[in-house]
Amino acid sequence: MISQKLQDAIAGVSDKVDVVIAYQQGFDKLHATPCFMTTPEEIKNVIWNPLCVHNLTSYLPSLKKKKVAVLAKGCDSRTILQFIQEGLINRENVTIIGIPCSGVISVNKILQAINHEPVEDVSFDEKGNITVKTSKGEKTFSLQDVCPDKCKTCRFPTPIVYDVLVGDPIESNKTYDDAYADIKEFENKPIEERLKYWEGEFDRCIRCYACRNACPMCVCQDSCIAETRDPHWISQRATLSEKFMFHMIHALHLAGRCVECGECERVCPMNIPVNKLKRKINLDMKELYNYEPGVNPEDKPPMYTFNVDEVTIKEHKI
Amino acid sequence: MVETGFIQKEKLNDFIKELSKDAVVYAPCLEGDTVLFKAFDADKTVCLDRPANNPPKLAIFPQSETLFNFTYIKDTEDPKKMSVEIKANTEFPKAVIFGSRPCDANGFLIYDRVYIDTNTPDPYYMGRREKTTIVTLCCNAPSPGCFCVAVGGGPANNEGSDVLITELEKGYFVEAVTEKGKAVLNAPQVESGASYADEAHKKQLESKKLVKNPFGKDCQPEISMSLFDSDEFWEKYLSKCLSCGACTYLCPTCYCFNITDEQMLNNGERIRSWDGCMFPHFTLEGSGHNPRPTKFKRFRNRVGHKFVYYPEKYNGVIACCGCGRCIRYCPVSVDISEVVSYLRGSQPDVSSGTKENAVTDTVKQEQK
Repeated sequence: MISQKLQDAIAGVSDKVDVVIAYQQGFDKLHATPCFMTTPEEIKNVIWNPLCVHNLTSYLPSLKKKKVAVLAKGCDSRTILQFIQEGLINRENVTIIGIPCSGVISVNKILQAINHEPVEDVSFDEKGNITVKTSKGEKTFSLQDVCPDKCKTCRFPTPIVYDVLVGDPIESNKTYDDAYADIKEFENKPIEERLKYWEGEFDRCIRCYACRNACPMCVCQDSCIAETRDPHWISQRATLSEKFMFHMIHALHLAGRCVECGECERVCPMNIPVNKLKRKINLDMKELYNYEPGVNPEDKPPMYTFNVDEVTIKEHKI
Repeated sequence: MVETGFIQKEKLNDFIKELSKDAVVYAPCLEGDTVLFKAFDADKTVCLDRPANNPPKLAIFPQSETLFNFTYIKDTEDPKKMSVEIKANTEFPKAVIFGSRPCDANGFLIYDRVYIDTNTPDPYYMGRREKTTIVTLCCNAPSPGCFCVAVGGGPANNEGSDVLITELEKGYFVEAVTEKGKAVLNAPQVESGASYADEAHKKQLESKKLVKNPFGKDCQPEISMSLFDSDEFWEKYLSKCLSCGACTYLCPTCYCFNITDEQMLNNGERIRSWDGCMFPHFTLEGSGHNPRPTKFKRFRNRVGHKFVYYPEKYNGVIACCGCGRCIRYCPVSVDISEVVSYLRGSQPDVSSGTKENAVTDTVKQEQK
């Protein structure tokens, strides 16, 4: 079992670090939850299954001064590479336990499919099917049907960077174009339709900032313009225009930085598809600067540098 | 006046429309797969299948509201002098909250002690509260994370509600709880309900057995103050907390607010908006000092307010109604009922495995 291998791998590195960040069972069978372990006795609580959805690497910048071992799926490993590019972590303080991943499960998709019934039990088979038991009976879903959309076009099932790899590497045959097909389709819609769509989505926002706080790349911390009075750009009115403004700034601050882990979208209690905006901007960053966040530690994020000539941007002739 | 009634399932929508004739009706409406309390209109689909993602607190305590408008007026005789004119509105329309759950209704009682039963009642809260009738739907089954019975509530409790509705096979049994509630039963869709009373009360009792009680039989969890005051405890269990405001903003009992002025030239308004103790800005002082600088201190306050400070002030009443929203919608599944279990001197019994006991022991050892 991969869980046993994982526990062994953690045991192998745990004496070299202050804390190990992994997953354990959450409040019900459908939820895993991050755990921070400081003693070897806790390792037996570690689980690994497709419900281990959280991007645990998000905690790394706040633990910059500690020696940390962290579990990273392929998508999560991009966060670490972006941290390295931006100097947000000390690589030598981080032990990456990589786990090749053939897709996680969207808890929301499961809940929708079981009509939000409380879950009594969950089991997985070798083919990646998940069986969910409720008081109304059992239902089996294939991973393809209940995974987050990001998993359907995943190009990095195996972590790009790791110190220990638990399990065999997995290849992906998906391309860059596959990953952005939905965005290209969406941006071909008339602007009125897109505006109406976003107004409908942002109207639900309660400004809890779960999207911001879950974002590994949101680094402004308590200076976020959503709340500061200096600068005073956004009021505390719960109106659509203020919510819209917050989400636009959130998205723009991630231009060429978003690693598309999808945490912003996963954590939203109002189910707003906020990652779509960031992926659109990433598409533009690729076109303008031929840059993709979190794939190569040697890269420099375009907004961190300045080139007099950008080969992909046409110069304005005066 | 009638005190009980029955509404057939197919007449429910008409009943809600009837209520909306002379009141703003806040009802749980379906948007995609999200259920939200919103001002009802004929275009919206009411969803009673599960508790709404958000509580109905916004009907009485909106996320943001204008306390008053102000205008600075120059003295034409003496341009150095300015006077200020203030206009406040504390008149509110009649409203109905339809489809709140017993926990949601209970939440308003927690607000009442703070906003009404004081020497200086809050005219905005009180104005809306007096105009609002709360029509609550009993829960037939718990949702993930629910623990109302552990904090003195129950899936069919009527405290805080004006009308209690129980879903039966063919329709809804309706009971008036208050005088205000009796008026609702005058709607033409409500027929005689006496023959359904037994069935409804049986169902109400059954549902109570289904809700978990993470504190065992103990409805008044005794908090170990030595654990509560230990930094290690909070660092142990709350390292995963992201310090966002989903838990506070979705909580039917969280009532903290911020006040800000928004001014353009000589006109402006004073706004009251929700605030949450999980945000660093909540306690940031003018000097730059922050007495709760870490997420651990902030979460400790959240638990403390609900399970220690509020009960101390208000006769032992816990300021948590066990709705489970903070658990269900927490990005990292922080479980407040689990944290409170750990904080009790005694061990958690039901629905908690050896895992919890093991970690509680670990913290206790760390304490020594």
